[in-house]
Amino acid sequence: MKPNPSNNKLFKVSRRDFVKIGALGSTGLILGVPLGCKQDKNAFLTGREDAVFAPNVYITILGTGEVQLIAHRSEMGTGIRTSLPLVMADEMEADWTKVKIIQAVGDVKYGDQNTDGSYSVRMFYQPLRIAGATVKLMLMQAAAQEWQVDISECSAVNHEIVHSSGKSLGYGYLAEKAGALPIPEENEITLKDSKDFKFISKETVIYDLEDIVTGKAVYGLDVQIPDLKVAVIKRNPEAGAGIKSFNSDMATAIEGVSKVYKMESTAFPMGYNAPLGGIVVVANNTWTALKALDTVEVVWDKGINASYDSNAFMQQMQISVQKEGQVKRQQGSATKALKEAAKVIESDFLVPHLAHSPMETPCAVARYNADGTCEIWAPVQSPQWVRQAVAAALGIEESEVTINVTLLGSAFGRKSKPDFVVEAALISKEMNTPIKLLWTREDDIQHDFYHSNCAQHIKVGIDKNNKVTSWVHRTAFPSISGTASADAKGPSSDELCMGVLDMPFEIDNISCESLDAKAQIRIGWLRSVHNINHAFAIGSIVDQVAKAREMDPIDNMLDLLGSDRKIDFAAQVEGFNNYNVTLEEYPCDTHRLKQVIQLVKEKSGWGKSLPKGKGMGFAAHRSFLTYVACVVEVEVDDNNNIKIPMVHFAIDCGVPVNPDRIRAQFEGGAAFGASLALKSEINVKNGAVMEENFNNYLVARMEDAPINTAVHFVENEEKPTGVGEPPVPPFIPALCNAIFMATGKRITRLPIRL
Amino acid sequence: MILPMEKFTLNINDQKVSIECAPDTPLLWALRDQLGLTGTKYGCGIAVCGSCTVHLDGTAVRSCSLPISAINDKAITTIEGVGKDGLHPVQKAWIAENVPQCGFCQSGQIMSAIALLEQNGNPSDADIEQAMSGNICRCGTYIRIRSAIKNAAKNNV
Repeated sequence: MKPNPSNNKLFKVSRRDFVKIGALGSTGLILGVPLGCKQDKNAFLTGREDAVFAPNVYITILGTGEVQLIAHRSEMGTGIRTSLPLVMADEMEADWTKVKIIQAVGDVKYGDQNTDGSYSVRMFYQPLRIAGATVKLMLMQAAAQEWQVDISECSAVNHEIVHSSGKSLGYGYLAEKAGALPIPEENEITLKDSKDFKFISKETVIYDLEDIVTGKAVYGLDVQIPDLKVAVIKRNPEAGAGIKSFNSDMATAIEGVSKVYKMESTAFPMGYNAPLGGIVVVANNTWTALKALDTVEVVWDKGINASYDSNAFMQQMQISVQKEGQVKRQQGSATKALKEAAKVIESDFLVPHLAHSPMETPCAVARYNADGTCEIWAPVQSPQWVRQAVAAALGIEESEVTINVTLLGSAFGRKSKPDFVVEAALISKEMNTPIKLLWTREDDIQHDFYHSNCAQHIKVGIDKNNKVTSWVHRTAFPSISGTASADAKGPSSDELCMGVLDMPFEIDNISCESLDAKAQIRIGWLRSVHNINHAFAIGSIVDQVAKAREMDPIDNMLDLLGSDRKIDFAAQVEGFNNYNVTLEEYPCDTHRLKQVIQLVKEKSGWGKSLPKGKGMGFAAHRSFLTYVACVVEVEVDDNNNIKIPMVHFAIDCGVPVNPDRIRAQFEGGAAFGASLALKSEINVKNGAVMEENFNNYLVARMEDAPINTAVHFVENEEKPTGVGEPPVPPFIPALCNAIFMATGKRITRLPIRL
Repeated sequence: MILPMEKFTLNINDQKVSIECAPDTPLLWALRDQLGLTGTKYGCGIAVCGSCTVHLDGTAVRSCSLPISAINDKAITTIEGVGKDGLHPVQKAWIAENVPQCGFCQSGQIMSAIALLEQNGNPSDADIEQAMSGNICRCGTYIRIRSAIKNAAKNNV
């Protein structure tokens, strides 16, 4: 994901664009910010490699002084709907109480809207600062003209331009005059000194806070439009398999049921847009629809994955990683060094399929109109992708589809995929009436895009001088792209760059290898993606290596990281992917990784003596360009109940744009990690997911989650990087290492079963 | 079994409302589909996640599994009805601690917390864990939920 500097100029929006966005009722200053960038993240998923956008993020000042800022990213709990607007507000010296945030519809004019991959702040921080600073300069120019003074005598203070004599003019008054001025060149813009920030790096509460605690906030299923009917779908337990026959006589006889019909299935691998198909019930309310669906008898057909058994598959993967795989990163000769090693530490690591299970299940409201256009209201992470998918499914132009983005009741990657919105749109067209589509929790858990299950084998050689001389890491997992392509036989190199090929240790002999594993169920990206599996394995084996070397785990880690350097992975790995940015822009800097480790050591009371049954564990991992070190404290009682009284994170995410929301992401990331480590597991038999609901797909509840989590920031002025996903990967091995200290039991398989 | 529609009069947030629905309709769907009270959320449908928590005569119940026919004249309170004069102190505590992330489960969390504090004005950590164990938050806001409950208790809710 590369912002294109040549495209990165501000421009004024034409009156036509102004009218087109339709959100504004009075004249004032409107500024578009083209955020030129190619939507190349997940391009292999969306097939949109050629989609270069000329996008705009809008700032508007009304004559009343109200500042309207467009939030073009989806709010799923990270606070992004607040954190990016506050960057603009800070640079323009706006009064936050006069800011109104307007959620963007899905449209290429807003640039990249795919809220995913922890890159919203990283990508838009600088352009939005420039946008805000430009507006401020224009307001100052307007005031200087009005007063006929030199602009150097003017300054912007809390929604006013103030003259050195003390007189002032409000932004509302100046807006129209400022709007008539030419847009300043970027070289005329001065960004604020960080010491003058009012909102950036300060505490700003989320925009929707009061609406949330009063129940007024609108999520997908809360949307009400006239004449809505409710739809639910019974899907084949095997993804992509069809229907032999069905009997809906009972269902259609129920008062309030409008229609029961078959939606066609798309054979596996069906991609991310295609509905799974099934029996659709449309009724005048949810309960009637659910009860009617229950009465439908279906004879399911079998598809190509009817024999998929996730346990047998895991065993095959585990066998496969015992032998050399396709070498994707090589340095020296790991085989030779292992033969010469005084000690070899080796272990397998297994991680099951996982479901996203966002608190709000997938859902959408769709209205297919008589004129052939379609309007959608839905909790989606990627509204432009949804727009494209809906248009294609309905056979209409993208311009005829409007995607309104509601709040997302969490998402974790699930709501990146357009399939559920396409279902709603198709049903609305079929029924010729507005439709609210509900996925039940059972639908959500049994028909997800699952996290890749994964088997790994790591071997580490230590020589007679207690030096680590070799590193062999093998991983096998089904690729995300296996959901869309039968040709995807195993991990892609992009996927291996999440924790395997970007291994940062300074070891002479390295071999990083992958083994094929074919997707036989829909695979998708879950918060932190493959870093979950790989950080678990690496963080755990490193703890074993520390024991073997009789070293403190943190000293061992610092030793493995070696010299301060920016690692040139690209020299060793063909097509190295650094989260879609270059290593020059965002290096993998061992100095920064060591800094977070030193900080967590200092803050966590590392090394203190602990009574029996208690333990402290450590791990560190860079993912999504953010450096994280983690220390977890556990208590394990005689019944093997695990409590997590304290977690310390030390992080380097560059400038912390909204520190309270960063802390929240780390607190929540630890709880999410606790779910994956302690509770969650998806098992598949005969192609069907066995777990059904939160009664048997278990997630962390209050008593399972950390009781306290402290977040310590490395202070610097580096470019900000994301924080949604980086907390999860190091937490899990830190917890496992703490359990080892407390119990002597080494965890090599998730979820943890003591 | 498919049951015919019946008329019910419910006492919701101190107002009498009449609805017509099948007697086994869970209160959740009556609130959301028929009464426009969408602050109460669907999360699991089997009373294990707590997103749909409301009060029935002051006790926290899971509305997804409470049939309309079982309610009779008991007083129903939803998230929309807890702050009679502005925000309820527990809602204020939620704001003070910046609890929500995505916010979806928070109506249910707040309803469980209010019910706890009405029974126990000074809950211990164990009391809080027990009372809140039926409410899942996938964002993992548990630390702040715990703090907000303690904060509200301190302010004598």
